[in-house]
Amino acid sequence: MRFVPLAVVAALLGSTVLTACTAGKEAGPSLGAQPQPSGSASQALPAATIELWHGFSTDAEVKAFEDAIAGFNKKFPQITVKATKGVQDDQITQAIRGGKAPDVAASFTTDNVAQWCKSGAFQDLTPVIQQDGIDLTVLPAVARSYTAFDGKQCTLPLLADAYGLYYNKALMKGNEPPKTLSELTELTKKLTVRDADGDIKVAGFIPSVQYYENSPSHIGPMVGAKWYNDDGTSAIGSDPAWKQLLTWQKELIDWYGYDKLDKFRKSLGDEWSAEHPFYKGKVAMILDGEWRNAMLANDAKDLDYGTAPLPVADDKPDLYGSGFTAGTVIGVPKGAKNPQHAWELIKYLTTDTSSLVTLSNALRNVPTTKASMESPDLAKDANFKTFLDIFSHPKTSTLPASVNSVFNQEVFASFITKWEKGSVPDLDAGLKDVDKQINDKLKLSGG
Amino acid sequence: MSAVHAAPPRWRRGEGLRALLWLSPWIAGVSIFFVYPLLSTVYFSFHRYDMYTLEFIGLDNYRYLLKDARVGTSARNTLWLVLIMVPATVLFSLVLAQLVIRLKAGVGLLRTIFYLPSLVPMTAGTITFVFLLNPGTGPVNQVLAWFGAQGPDWFGDPAWSKPSLTMLSLWGCGQLMVIFMAALLDVPKHLYEAAAIDGAGPWRQFRSVTLPMIAPVLMFALVTNVIYALQYFSQAMVASRVASGETDSAGSSFSPGYPDESLLTLPQWLFHVGFRDYTMGYACVLALLLFGTSMIFTLILLRQFRRAEEVS
Repeated sequence: MRFVPLAVVAALLGSTVLTACTAGKEAGPSLGAQPQPSGSASQALPAATIELWHGFSTDAEVKAFEDAIAGFNKKFPQITVKATKGVQDDQITQAIRGGKAPDVAASFTTDNVAQWCKSGAFQDLTPVIQQDGIDLTVLPAVARSYTAFDGKQCTLPLLADAYGLYYNKALMKGNEPPKTLSELTELTKKLTVRDADGDIKVAGFIPSVQYYENSPSHIGPMVGAKWYNDDGTSAIGSDPAWKQLLTWQKELIDWYGYDKLDKFRKSLGDEWSAEHPFYKGKVAMILDGEWRNAMLANDAKDLDYGTAPLPVADDKPDLYGSGFTAGTVIGVPKGAKNPQHAWELIKYLTTDTSSLVTLSNALRNVPTTKASMESPDLAKDANFKTFLDIFSHPKTSTLPASVNSVFNQEVFASFITKWEKGSVPDLDAGLKDVDKQINDKLKLSGG
Repeated sequence: MSAVHAAPPRWRRGEGLRALLWLSPWIAGVSIFFVYPLLSTVYFSFHRYDMYTLEFIGLDNYRYLLKDARVGTSARNTLWLVLIMVPATVLFSLVLAQLVIRLKAGVGLLRTIFYLPSLVPMTAGTITFVFLLNPGTGPVNQVLAWFGAQGPDWFGDPAWSKPSLTMLSLWGCGQLMVIFMAALLDVPKHLYEAAAIDGAGPWRQFRSVTLPMIAPVLMFALVTNVIYALQYFSQAMVASRVASGETDSAGSSFSPGYPDESLLTLPQWLFHVGFRDYTMGYACVLALLLFGTSMIFTLILLRQFRRAEEVS
């Protein structure tokens, strides 16, 4: 019997040692750690195969991305790019953690940029950006802000999304798109159609954050609301803009009647299918991204619609024309086997005008550099141009990078859902509580 | 007395080594798959760990547990599943098994019909249920409307979301039904004959003969289902996600537990904290909480079982 406890003790000791070692794995070569060939010399990089993980998944998206990579291959025939589609952030994180990181990784969301930068999971691109003399001011300031954290530019923007207002011209009955929140309220009431029971048949505009793209981060720019203070703590409770927005939103929901609006919302088709209520004429005005233009072209060819910037607070007319933006980011994970090759691919995909224009024309996303936005090759119809203008507007904002980005958005969205229902008796106290939850979590995460 | 303290004879020592040799696969298995993960969890629970960097922070993760409102919410939801969904599923499976073994014809067909849903992948079954129970477009409420009944908002109403999941669990209880059928068919017939001669009716026969005879299987069903409920994850996550219609596009983030966190279970929150927020140290605290709770529930059930066995 003496042997078994001894064996167990040995196992415990062994596992403790293993545990203590787990977190300290060292990765592959670092980007910019040694002088690297730059400019024309970089063309002489040795032959290599690099792995690229990205989130694009539909056939059209994958083809567009492969076309862009083909352009890179012309420039660097000795570098083979092995692309893997449909990869999510979780998989990227797990791969880096497990020491099997790809050379290049792209993410659809910007939620994890802060965490990746802070922890070093993605390599800081600053040394090679400086080495190659890349001028980041060709990117709008907002795109620079959502790709960096704490002074580390660990990703670059590949393509961007901008959010604005879509309106159904037939349902608008000749009305111009609203420019202020009070105009939006007025038009919503005018365009809403109900049946004899008061049930909604056609909604002018759905103000609920539970409706598709109406997330707090997308609607916040309508009032210029701030998420964080300069020290990274939550500004939701202290910035009066949020209160202004939520008060407006609740008044409109109450006009519909929460139950009526909720019933209507739940009867609507899927956001990503051809049954989208905007296509079917069930909602006159919606908040959406520029990518909806491509979906409308495929699924609702005959719909006569227009696009405009989102309406803004009546007392902040200077915000009109701006909106929310974020987008696909791309970087070199820690542990990349060929970081210099990876950097050349990223540099090409994010700064080469022809590549960005090709991708943008295929995916109908906003290209990020000024040159690509002004390129004559960029397909610019009036509805798409609205979003190019929103993206380049100086007051366009994003959700600033935070180590708790996912948590913060969820806490706030959950709170607004309760508020919409009328379950929050005191808005000020509720917003302060959101601040407290976010700040407590920030402390735990060491932010 | 001296013989007691004397060194064991050589053959005794050899026996000990042989025993250790035979036990070594078990020791290795337990060390790798239980002891090591458990110790790692305890170790990381005292650290700030984002999957890349590690920093000792003492009891901060444990202190945060007391501030985290979603722990209480998710624990209550999980408890609801343990106290309502588990007994409902076990009882329903038992009733089904009883009915099926009593039938004279069509037993095979019914057994197949009831068993088939348990073969359907969890995610597919859950998505189908959410589609069937959609208040606006789902066929269930449309059928109810033909009879003049206003169907509830099933997965969209916090009061109905957990009962809807329970219905999903009842639909997929075929496996448990088959286990109960085997146990029921194993009860010796002469016990029922003797009870009938003593004047026992069907209920009395069930209580005094069937239940004691199938008690071990019943206990197995209860323990495994309680542990399953404590680890309830996929169905709640998928139902929440599909019913909410929320997406993960840029600037959007999915809130787990839709509607109103009513489907947020403890394992879901643990996953979210660990793999969405990357606060892995705190996730370890939640994992330990879940482990402790599972142990307590299992011990209580086993003790009750032993007591019932002693009484019988």
